[in-house]
Amino acid sequence: MTLIYPVASNSAHPARLSPAYRSSIKRTPSKPLIPIRHTLSELTGPVYGHETVRKHDNDLTIQSKGEPLGERIIVHGYILDEDGRAVPNTLVELWQANACGRYIHVVDQHPAPLDPNFTGAGRTQSDAAGYYKFITIKPGAYPWGNHHNAWRPAHIHFSVFGHSFISRLVTQMYFPGDPLFPFDPIFNSVTDGKARARMISSFDLENTEPEWALCYRFDIVLRGRNATPMESK
Amino acid sequence: MSKPRPDGITPSQTVGPYFKYGLTPNGEYAWNDAFTSNLLTSDTSGERIRVEGTVYDGDGDVIADCILEIWQADAQGHFSDPQDAHAPPNSPFNGFGRCDTDKSGGYVFDTIKPGVVPDADGKPQAPHILLAVFARGMLLHLYTRIYFDDEAANTSDSVLALVSSDRRATLIAKRKAGTNNVYTFDVHLQGDNETVFFDV
Repeated sequence: MTLIYPVASNSAHPARLSPAYRSSIKRTPSKPLIPIRHTLSELTGPVYGHETVRKHDNDLTIQSKGEPLGERIIVHGYILDEDGRAVPNTLVELWQANACGRYIHVVDQHPAPLDPNFTGAGRTQSDAAGYYKFITIKPGAYPWGNHHNAWRPAHIHFSVFGHSFISRLVTQMYFPGDPLFPFDPIFNSVTDGKARARMISSFDLENTEPEWALCYRFDIVLRGRNATPMESK
Repeated sequence: MSKPRPDGITPSQTVGPYFKYGLTPNGEYAWNDAFTSNLLTSDTSGERIRVEGTVYDGDGDVIADCILEIWQADAQGHFSDPQDAHAPPNSPFNGFGRCDTDKSGGYVFDTIKPGVVPDADGKPQAPHILLAVFARGMLLHLYTRIYFDDEAANTSDSVLALVSSDRRATLIAKRKAGTNNVYTFDVHLQGDNETVFFDV
């Protein structure tokens, strides 16, 4: 099967220059990008990385001696292409703040406590059906310096590969009903409401584990669709 | 669980300033690296090279919280991906690398000079490495290409030919004086020396 990557699909992405997100102003090219036809360089991509995934790397609650504080949650879903086909065996990386909205990164100086039992990094690979699952802690919202009283909605960062170097995606998963949505310039950099909704996980009661953890469903759709079938000779 | 019919792709969001402990811990955080900036193994064939440079913003300030990823063919021009019909099985060369910038905005990849890969019409392209750039302030990563200043094939490369001659130099890594295997490739996200980025 040959996959194609229509550039039109990229219209779901944010405009690179979104002045309400101040850091974008000096980090966006001022000259137009140059369209090119895809060559083998663009159409291939790394098919590995998952060999570094260890057995419990998808469970962020058991990486330390004790259990992290906060609300334990399950985050799961499918990695799909634009036709809805599974993207199997692809690396899925995740990082996030702790329940108090604090990252362990040394640059994060938000005066909220670090959790000695929570790193906030995880990794897994999708299975043959494109399915992935993480167990983690619901991250907290946190303030940032973009504008007066700026707060990021709670989110989990995701990094996914897919079938080619141009299906590469780094995104953020949000939680349903967050009251900070209208005020966040990063979330709202995606101007199409339907596209924005695809970054919001859904509460999944069916897969919530009784007496243990709430579940959120987050499907990730990557670029790539089947080339129009050719007439047979 | 049922799989939905997608109504479009998942939008990109910025990698933010705090990716290091998850994506490029490199011994500074208690997490293992999935990828490194050194693509070489002892049995990798080809000309060993180093590509290094600095990433700048529109004010000319260095970007110390950038993450760069490269993807390239091996020395024979084959990608380590079964979608390349010529992909060598069990190749020791994976062709993918990841590096974050240091506090001076600098990065270094150790790799090999890639071989020749066909373009969309099947004609040979000049040796090149694909580069993806991610950073805080970038809502969607950027793609560019690293070519090499000692490759005669640059003059007939169909992608370079799309770039105006006054900007072409931004895509060409320069062999560093006094070395025989170190190339310099700076990335300027914006400004007078703005790197050419591709809409792919």
